[in-house]
Amino acid sequence: MDNTRKRTRQSGPPETSRKGSEQMTGAQILCEQLLREGVDTVFGYPGGVVLPIFDALYDSPIRFILTRHEQGATHAADAYARATGKVGVVLVTSGPGATNTVTGLATANMDSTPMVVLTGQVKTNLIGNDAFQEADITGITRPITKHNYIVKDTALLARTIKEAFHIAKTGRPGPVLVDLPVDVSSGSAVMGDETEPMDLPGYHVRVNGHIRQIKRAAEAINRSERPVIYAGGGVILSNGSEALRALVDKANAPVTTTLLGLGCYDENAYRSLRMLGMHGTAYANFAVQECDLLVSVGARFDDRITGDVKRFAPHAKIIHIDIDPASISKCVKVDIPVVGDAKYILSEMLDYIEPRDRSDWFARIDALKSKYPLIYDNSGEEIKPQYVIEEVSRQTQGKAIVCTGVGQHQMWTAQFYKFSQPRHIMTSGGLGTMGFGLPAAIGAQIACPDATVVDIDGDSSFSMTLNEIPTAVEHGLPLKVCVLNNGYMGMVRQWQELFYRRRYSKSELGHPCFAKLAEAFGAVGLTAKTKAEVPGVIEQMLKEDRCCVVDFQIAREENVWPMVASGKGLHEMSGLPTDASEMV
Amino acid sequence: MKRTLSVLVQNQPGVLAHVAGMFAARSFNIDSLAVGRTEDPGLSRMTIVVLGDDAILEQVRKQLGKIVPVMKIFDYTGDNLVLRDLMLLKVSAPPEKRAEIQAMIEMFHGKVVDVDSRFVMVEIAGPEEKIEAFIDMCRPYGIKDVVRTGMIAMPRHHRSK
Repeated sequence: MDNTRKRTRQSGPPETSRKGSEQMTGAQILCEQLLREGVDTVFGYPGGVVLPIFDALYDSPIRFILTRHEQGATHAADAYARATGKVGVVLVTSGPGATNTVTGLATANMDSTPMVVLTGQVKTNLIGNDAFQEADITGITRPITKHNYIVKDTALLARTIKEAFHIAKTGRPGPVLVDLPVDVSSGSAVMGDETEPMDLPGYHVRVNGHIRQIKRAAEAINRSERPVIYAGGGVILSNGSEALRALVDKANAPVTTTLLGLGCYDENAYRSLRMLGMHGTAYANFAVQECDLLVSVGARFDDRITGDVKRFAPHAKIIHIDIDPASISKCVKVDIPVVGDAKYILSEMLDYIEPRDRSDWFARIDALKSKYPLIYDNSGEEIKPQYVIEEVSRQTQGKAIVCTGVGQHQMWTAQFYKFSQPRHIMTSGGLGTMGFGLPAAIGAQIACPDATVVDIDGDSSFSMTLNEIPTAVEHGLPLKVCVLNNGYMGMVRQWQELFYRRRYSKSELGHPCFAKLAEAFGAVGLTAKTKAEVPGVIEQMLKEDRCCVVDFQIAREENVWPMVASGKGLHEMSGLPTDASEMV
Repeated sequence: MKRTLSVLVQNQPGVLAHVAGMFAARSFNIDSLAVGRTEDPGLSRMTIVVLGDDAILEQVRKQLGKIVPVMKIFDYTGDNLVLRDLMLLKVSAPPEKRAEIQAMIEMFHGKVVDVDSRFVMVEIAGPEEKIEAFIDMCRPYGIKDVVRTGMIAMPRHHRSK
């Protein structure tokens, strides 16, 4: 719609590279600087004080994705960044536009996604006056961004944007917010050239690990009889999957990953223990509790990983490789810290690793794997959510980009979709943001137009952001939404069942007909009510070249197993076969 | 345990809020915080007295290091320091007590900076124990008001760091 108008526009400044002494408006400087940063896509929503910027965008080759809510824009940009490794960019207006980005910023901050969020602001002379649509967004977002700025001088705009991108994508990545008062974007200045220096004397990033620490870590691995490598999102952020695979193969050590680390090591491979933690595989959790060396790479010992931290990996020395020094010894005391970029350190360490026979350790792991596979009862006619995910995994050969909301369906996705490649799961791990799935799928599909993008969602999560279906329809995005619909906030219900005597307080919710809703939005809507329908409906869903929503009406009170209840040791899992217990 | 950190920051809007907010968000305890410009107008120095053990202090240092405008962090733990807190204290001083109050102020190397018929205002600087001791000595006379700057610190020996 907008694009048609754009092609037929009558006039406007010529799109040429501007430099030298020419006066430009702040908005033009911003658009030019975005191009210099390699930005091709911006997600967002217009409003009063960003009109100068939207006017400049009208002439810009940058693609703008108009979402239906600013939160959707932030999650879409987040997933765009996760899928590509580039910086996700968001542009919204002041006040409510800006505050609607808060959840997206906090999500990106917890999961270390590189993002730049540009917010409009009221005129500089009105700031602090409680002006219309004014919010102190830098004050609000300071604790949930890597850094933020308010620009008060058009002449400083280009440099600030350059710094924002630099901070967002280097070191431990994260979101940076830049607040732009309307007089700064409508004011004018001369734009410097690309060599204009940044002013970041306090910002230091350590990429190369200390060689002595790298050697110490390698020696510890060589000495270890029962090592476990515990890999997280940092491996993916550093594009270190190949380096990890090389190290794992040479060291001959089993690998477990976090939720954000899924796909950084092929889960079909022999040495994979799959995911660990609260809903990880029993064999990963037992292996961690039994190992004599735990090598953490780009992970941060979250409480959902460690269980009771005092009893976590009780026999293990701990190596921690992380680019953020503040992550080291924050939760768990580390024996050998290595600060730096995961890919660099893993590659550097490879030379010092000695191949070692660990057949006893792998025999133990094989025994654990055969004793404690992930299981569920699929004998009835009801649709089991695990079955849907296994079937999606099978039909997409584990190659789809999978997005999720938060809750039971997210854990089942982690358990039953077999991830083999990095940047193929988009999920809110740290913050646990319900409603992430659909907008993330939009961002992922924009980033990877030829990929199969599947949002495996829960009915409650999906309901939070389903207003973004029109965004997907408008842009012709053929993404697939599998709603695992049990009519509950499943994870809340599971906890109420287990810890609150089945008192299902406010966790049950009614829904519209999702299929009809999808049709009303111009998407394809399908429904599956029995197990027998599942393979066919997934096949049909994958064939659709339009956005397709499938309502899978699943067994209502299915639980996620195994589970390490809060406060338990990682080996104290419920939901294992009754005769099972391991000495740790 | 009280520990003294000296933090050099870029002098820009929001940096104090950022540092103070980080302490609050991560449940670290600030005992005192003093901020002022340095000889370089672009830089400010924050002297922060923190309550906590070694592990907490390590986290405080690392989290401070993540704040972009924070340039350098000096941990003065174990250093031989000159520590100073500046206080203004207004104490009740009726004519019959004025002489003994005056004597006490001199003992503490304080200075009377304002006087009226009922009160004297005293300026006194020094390490925390001295300030606290002076407050205790003044209590029986009736303290009207106390204002303190918070601790500032400088190591005696120059460290080439």
